Amino acid sequence: MRKLLLAAALALGLGAGWAEARTVRWAASGDPNTMDPHSQNVGTVTMVLQQIYDTLIARDQELGLAPGLATRWEQVEPTRWRFWLRDGVKFHEGQAFTADDVVFSVTRAQQPTSNYAIYVDTIERSVQVEPLVVDVITRVPDPILPNKIASLMIMSRSWSEAHNSTRPQNTRNREEMYTTRNTNGTGAFRLQSREPDVRTVMVRNTDWWGWNEPSSREANVTEIIYRPISSDATRIAALLSGEVDFVLDPPLQDLNRLRAAPNIKVVEGPEVRTIFLAMDVHRDELLYSDVRGRNPLKDLRVRQALYQAIDIQAIHRTTMRGQSVVTGTFFPPQVNGYSREEDVRLPYDQARARALLAEAGYPNGFEITLDCPNNRYINDEQICQAIVAMWARVGVRARLNAMPLAPFFAKIQRDDTSIYLLGWGVPTLDALYSFQSLLRSRDGGQGNGIWNYGRYSNPRMDQLIEIMTNQSGAPRDAAIREALRIYREDIPHIPLHHQMIPWAMRSNLTIPHMANNQPYFRWARMN
Amino acid sequence: MFAFIISRILQAVPVMLTVALISFAMFAYVGDPVAIMLGQDFTEAQRDQLVRDLGLDQPFWVQFATFIGHAAQGEFGLSYRLSRPVAELIAERAPATLELAFTAAALALLIGVPMGVYTGLYRHSWLSRFFLTFSLIGVSLPTFLIGILLILVFAVWLGWLPSFGRGDTVNLGWWTTGFLTVSGLKALVLPAITLGLFQLTLIMRLVRAEMMEVLRTDYIKFARARGLPNRVVHFGHALKNTLVPVITIVGLQLGAIIAFAIVTETVFQWPGMGLLFIQSVGAADIPVMSAYLMLIALVFVTINLIVDLLYYAVDPRLRIGRGKGGH
Amino acid sequence: MAAAVQRFLDSDLWWSFRRSPVTVVSAIVALVCILGAVLAPWIAPHNPFDLASLNLSDAFKPPAWDEDGAAEYLLGTDDQGRDVLSAIMYGARVSLLVGLSATIFATVLGVSLGLTAGYAGGHVDSVLMRICDIQLTFPSILVALLVDGVVRAVLPREVHDQIALFVVIFAIGISEWPKFARTVRGSTLVERNKEYVQAARVIGVPSLRIMFSHVLPNVIGPILVVATLNLGLAILSEATLSFLGVGVPPTQPSLGTLIRIGNDFLFSGEWWITIFPGVALIAMVLSVNLLGDWLRDALNPKLR
Repeated sequence: MRKLLLAAALALGLGAGWAEARTVRWAASGDPNTMDPHSQNVGTVTMVLQQIYDTLIARDQELGLAPGLATRWEQVEPTRWRFWLRDGVKFHEGQAFTADDVVFSVTRAQQPTSNYAIYVDTIERSVQVEPLVVDVITRVPDPILPNKIASLMIMSRSWSEAHNSTRPQNTRNREEMYTTRNTNGTGAFRLQSREPDVRTVMVRNTDWWGWNEPSSREANVTEIIYRPISSDATRIAALLSGEVDFVLDPPLQDLNRLRAAPNIKVVEGPEVRTIFLAMDVHRDELLYSDVRGRNPLKDLRVRQALYQAIDIQAIHRTTMRGQSVVTGTFFPPQVNGYSREEDVRLPYDQARARALLAEAGYPNGFEITLDCPNNRYINDEQICQAIVAMWARVGVRARLNAMPLAPFFAKIQRDDTSIYLLGWGVPTLDALYSFQSLLRSRDGGQGNGIWNYGRYSNPRMDQLIEIMTNQSGAPRDAAIREALRIYREDIPHIPLHHQMIPWAMRSNLTIPHMANNQPYFRWARMN
Repeated sequence: MFAFIISRILQAVPVMLTVALISFAMFAYVGDPVAIMLGQDFTEAQRDQLVRDLGLDQPFWVQFATFIGHAAQGEFGLSYRLSRPVAELIAERAPATLELAFTAAALALLIGVPMGVYTGLYRHSWLSRFFLTFSLIGVSLPTFLIGILLILVFAVWLGWLPSFGRGDTVNLGWWTTGFLTVSGLKALVLPAITLGLFQLTLIMRLVRAEMMEVLRTDYIKFARARGLPNRVVHFGHALKNTLVPVITIVGLQLGAIIAFAIVTETVFQWPGMGLLFIQSVGAADIPVMSAYLMLIALVFVTINLIVDLLYYAVDPRLRIGRGKGGH
Repeated sequence: MAAAVQRFLDSDLWWSFRRSPVTVVSAIVALVCILGAVLAPWIAPHNPFDLASLNLSDAFKPPAWDEDGAAEYLLGTDDQGRDVLSAIMYGARVSLLVGLSATIFATVLGVSLGLTAGYAGGHVDSVLMRICDIQLTFPSILVALLVDGVVRAVLPREVHDQIALFVVIFAIGISEWPKFARTVRGSTLVERNKEYVQAARVIGVPSLRIMFSHVLPNVIGPILVVATLNLGLAILSEATLSFLGVGVPPTQPSLGTLIRIGNDFLFSGEWWITIFPGVALIAMVLSVNLLGDWLRDALNPKLR
């Protein structure tokens, strides 16, 4: 009898094919704080929303550009990009997708309440040419516009207008916005229910245009249940005990145990994020130090000493448990503009570090305070602890000031810091984004030096960044190359490593590992 | 009676105001909500605008007065982190915490009272010694360590019970309950034990002490002298007399349970108010934090008031004291 | 002095102490904990605060008896290469310091206010007891959180880190005083009406002197019991605050901080980083609690 039932069940299962319910229970430490696609530009929000919303240009599994809602695009004039749109696409609530929705979405992302302005900052306006053709007109020639557009999620104009949500949700409003909790995209999954901090459920959109693409043909996930679990131990316990299928951010120390566990696999890969220390090279007197009237960090020899005192291999081996790529520069190879020749570290050499300090007039070292987040990057506080101990051995008496991300960012954004640890991701996958935010002099121009809290300023660097902004082709490549060399010689930062991002999942789940740390369930398969 | 209630309520007002001031003031240090809300890309003008919009450029006392005015109407504004009304968020989370607290309290009572009675009656039996040692270990273990160990044993090694969350819940309109589903009940076990253990040992020791005290009274000696069977003496006379202080203590401890739920909910990722509080601390979400503290204060003040009224109803001496216009 | 020792050895207290093996064992454990903590700078094998002596390549060494362990690190090392045994000794020092100071603070405050309330009576008594009542319903951990939060709000971060230890002591102490006040007040009320106190009053002995020289000695027993039991609680409160991340600064890790940090390594096989500090904490609190229990029974002849 039992055998018969089993056979029947098997037959049913086979007959049903992918239509059978395949639920992926997914966990990570943070919860998205909004469902508005143009409000918060942070990984925890986009990792959920990119399942629901499409972009004009999609990313392929290697993060290259691929057709999305636009089937092709072309720079028809230096300041005009044309996009030909996919026909027959419908939003989850039934509205037909047209060029007007693109125009609307670009405008919406340009509103002051948007956090996505960086992706549309060069756009002057966009116009509908035909119902399925749209032109984007830029103020200056923008060679990397497609890279930026690939991060712009497309909403429906009529839906947004009907729900009074024509500008991005913003926490300043006295009332809550419809888009905080509701979505209407064209993507592979629909939002079914959401309880903030508890659970977000998405179901397969069977009408999605992409299911027949080669990369998605094998995909069979019908439901995604996302649950935030902030405690590392609990998240891992849940995976081990079979309560979740997929953990986006397993703690490094648990990887060996996870690898050894039956039915669980760990998929490793690099992330487009670089960890480095940035230094105050502007003030004439260092804050939080015993040095009076001077700023040792303005002296290149001191910066070099701090650099060479760090045993990066020990950090790689022990603190990161091998899950890092040691680097001498500040963005990884996936980013356009990366150059292997410029990715060279100064060697670890304590004797040299001591000599440099003595030469600079600090034979007995000095006091300094290292600001460090303790819940933002992988093992951030542990890295800082290790560095403080390494500096102690060359005589630099560093005090570690480790804080949660909220007070940490508040502090460094006031320039109230001498030296701090930062992790920098590059969503556009182009070097300009990093140079402009981190190394450009702060002159008030949009995006210029907004993350340059050490206030590094070098006129030549600024010139090169200008070239990167306005030119394309060989001159641009040469500018990036030269800027990277200046970065290496000036040491405004002490580069550490690119993060690796292992994903842990049950063995029956297959999902391509992505360097932007975003799982794409449209490519996932559950067996 | 009426005057008594009024005076007690009037006494509660300064308490609430103090807590409001504290809860409003305390988290100014946690961080600048502006930094979190802006994200990675912004202009100086955007930042200044946001500071003005949030009223963060106003003097402290102005911000506080605005806060009190709104709080009195149950209006705590919008959460910085989730952009939703705070009152709504807390209302969503309250059932989880209350169900957990209730279960923990029930567990503590149902197990703690019999254990206390037993150890009070049979002071020298080995089981009593075991219970007492166990209770001491219970008092000496920090809550977070108990939670972690329970997860390790029952969720990871044995795989019997879930390690986090509330399981499936049933929505009853304005209340979601985990009592009606199997997974909801299973999810409740470990957190409830973690939260209830300390109260359990407390109740056990209290009942034991009270039992021993009562058993020595003349009242019990007379009952025995009358030839009543042990069972009647123990449960009819002795236990009944110990229950009044026990129930009072349990009532007062409800506050402690809700407060320690912060730790338990953090360990078990229990989606209640305590977890909301801790997550809000991490994000410098001041509206949620102040509302939570105000709510907790309100709960305590209410419990206190009820206990006072009960005493008043039970103890005639208090009424006479009132009549004289003394204290 | 010898006579005093002799009197103690003849006393009931010593007799009941020797008769209870559990008590003797817990006294020994408590003594070991205290000695280890107090003498840490002289007897600990390493100094975990000396950053220059740390070596990252020594990190994650298991205990010495494990085949990968090193004799140099008896209980293994943590993620930064710190010796776990030394860290525990220094951590116990912080925990004990906070626990003892907070308890002493609570005792002094509670006893003074309790004596005043009990002796003065009237409005003073009613106001003080009202505050007691209200505070008793607030769980100590929440009071401590509030106090810590206020101090953080008032003081800039850098200053706060320097005085964080005192803040925690104050926060825990202020949350525990009502227990002492209540106990003392109760006993004082009883003593106040006794003839010798009445007599002293009649002959015009100042109130303060009556309170401290006549009433106080008679309530020392209950105070001692409450204080001992409270010590365990104070140590746990500190550990919980440190676990929530608002306790002592990480530069002076207490046992609670060590457990919190080690907790991340519980599932990964490096169990010694969290288990040993946990065991030390439990041993310390348990032995103190057992001693307190014994003391309560021993000082309360009715229970014998």
